[in-house]
Amino acid sequence: MEEVKNVGFGGATVGTEPFQFHPKDKLLIKAHIGFAFVALGVGALAGVLQTLQRTGVIDLPTSLGYYQLLTLHGVSLALVFTTFFIIGFLFSGVAKTAGGELSVRERMWGWIGFWLMLGGTLLALIAIGTNDASVLYTFYAPMQASPLFYTGLAGLVVGSWSSSVTIFSAFRRWRRAHPGESSPLFAYMAVATMILWDICTIGVALEVVVQLIPWSLGWVERVDVSLSRTLFWYFGHALVYFWLLPAYIYWYVNVPRLIKGKIFSNSLPRLTFILFILYSIPVGLHHQFNEPGVDSFWKFVQTVLTFFVVIPSFMTAFSILATFELAGRSQGGKGLFGWITKLPYKDVRFLAPFLGMLLFVPGGIGGIINASYQLNQVVHNTLWVTGHFHLTLGSSVVLTFFGISYMLIPVLTGRKLTRAVNYLGILQSFVWVIGMAFMSGGMHAVGLLGEPRRISYTTYGDAPITQAWLPYRQAIALGGGILFTAIILFLIIAIYLWLFAPKAEQVNEYPIGEVDADQQKPPYFLERWSIWIGVAVGLILFAYTAPFVQMFIHPAPGALPMRTW
Amino acid sequence: MDVPRYERLWLWFGIVTLLIFLVVTGVMAFSMDIHPANGMHKTAAPEQVLATAPFDQPGVYPLGNNEYEVVMVAQAFRFLPETPTVPVGATVHFRVTSPDVVHGIAIPQTNVNMMVVPGHVTDFTYTFKEPGEYLLLCNEYCGVGHHVMMGKLLVQ
Repeated sequence: MEEVKNVGFGGATVGTEPFQFHPKDKLLIKAHIGFAFVALGVGALAGVLQTLQRTGVIDLPTSLGYYQLLTLHGVSLALVFTTFFIIGFLFSGVAKTAGGELSVRERMWGWIGFWLMLGGTLLALIAIGTNDASVLYTFYAPMQASPLFYTGLAGLVVGSWSSSVTIFSAFRRWRRAHPGESSPLFAYMAVATMILWDICTIGVALEVVVQLIPWSLGWVERVDVSLSRTLFWYFGHALVYFWLLPAYIYWYVNVPRLIKGKIFSNSLPRLTFILFILYSIPVGLHHQFNEPGVDSFWKFVQTVLTFFVVIPSFMTAFSILATFELAGRSQGGKGLFGWITKLPYKDVRFLAPFLGMLLFVPGGIGGIINASYQLNQVVHNTLWVTGHFHLTLGSSVVLTFFGISYMLIPVLTGRKLTRAVNYLGILQSFVWVIGMAFMSGGMHAVGLLGEPRRISYTTYGDAPITQAWLPYRQAIALGGGILFTAIILFLIIAIYLWLFAPKAEQVNEYPIGEVDADQQKPPYFLERWSIWIGVAVGLILFAYTAPFVQMFIHPAPGALPMRTW
Repeated sequence: MDVPRYERLWLWFGIVTLLIFLVVTGVMAFSMDIHPANGMHKTAAPEQVLATAPFDQPGVYPLGNNEYEVVMVAQAFRFLPETPTVPVGATVHFRVTSPDVVHGIAIPQTNVNMMVVPGHVTDFTYTFKEPGEYLLLCNEYCGVGHHVMMGKLLVQ
């Protein structure tokens, strides 16, 4: 096979066989990534406007409600941008590692998913646009949005199930063609991510399809609020791991190639992902610590299960750092820390996710605080929580998605990540980190001083305590402005790479790390999905049966629909 | 599966930390009885709450023995009563419900932080050790007036 010299800036990748996506796979991936960027732009604009409104910097016209904008921000970014981007990225890595291209049937499932998700998103956006769904992205009953909103969300979820069929089917096709071999790590992790997603979205699908849609159409009069909240959070916490796992895939599988390293282990990353399937779902009650209707004992049980996430997180930290150290040493890094200087910090495809990893340390610690049964009541529903998920989703995950974009767009378009654009990307990543330091830092601090999340601008009748919030609100507004600048810069770079950058002289490499040659083959039990799905279902039944049975045997009186906006 | 020695040590460090955290929260929960706000009682249909005891007469009720019950209604977009008054150092039992949507009650700079879910009653017990005028606010999105939904708690 002909060796192709490294292309793309950074010099980190070495010779490889020229791989190109099948044009039809390219189109499918581009459609997902492209629409994700549209959602990112819309969500960021809504984000900066609501930030400036809530901190008192601007006064929005009354025709544009604060809570309407906040709904648009949450839905566009947390639900739409993430889902489209993740599925696009997973398709790319699965197509590359599971035989080089998707089959005709797999593409068909992918397109069905795309159109269902797109149609659903547009329905939800129409409902938000006409102010018929200012219920925020958690849409807590008995606030009742228009049926369009709930139907749209159902379309988004059902569409993503179709996309998961693409991934499962590609994985199975590869395995049939390679009996007895250990599966490609990327494809394995993509399957694990979609298994997690499919199991957790059953909760929100039941809430939306069985409870909310018939109720919003007037077919049933009342809704059981506790049940709807519990179904939502059965999904809602696993949702955050659905955002995180694709970032982990990039760290585990793609980044080692970019840093001229090897994947540290072929088994431990698989075990990590299995543990995420097991411990991401039976933990949703930790979002409901302070509410009635769920027995305290079961809240505590789910606290225990939540804390188990420490183990895959520690495994990941170790594996990623070990990969970095071995790569640095193989390139001549001496002494205890000499390897640190050998990493390709000047390659934005590495630097952006690397900054995300650094910010994940305080992000993870904050998560442990939030999950601590009693400590939660100090921070519950304060801006601290908003600060927390802007550090995890908004930094660790999004910075990694920036890095993925700078890698993936040139691969898809055959254009070149030029030196100048690479440096612009580095600038953009740092602008993001600075903006987040101000915004998330301010939110954490003012949250501890008691400022609630999800409020429009208020001084609570000039209550003295709000005086203490003022300087932090200024920091949040400043940070929000900087973050918006970073998104604009990102979108400019993305559009440039997509349409205008010079054509690359050679094929751009899609970086996939190799497993260290000394590594053993992963044990077969890690490939037996049925075992792990069974264990996951067992844990879910253990953690959720009693709370649900309680709600069904002694249901609280149902609530009538309300429109309070 | 082969786990390198340093990784084993690192994982043990993680697991031991985890166990310490769980023992601390577990001891606080089950031997010191410190739980977040909760409540397994049901109310009447939410829209009838304001006509049903005890929420037809929200207010502060002495229970004797320096204990008080504060019966409150959180509704869009105000609290009833708007300015409950409790003595400093007394054990205060909040009992709160909602006749409409989900609300929250938080008193900044204290650990009072409750979700209020229609159909249910939320219980939380707290002792205010410092006299003063405390801001009491809604911390769960409840509609267009969410950010003006407030009250004052007087501790005398």
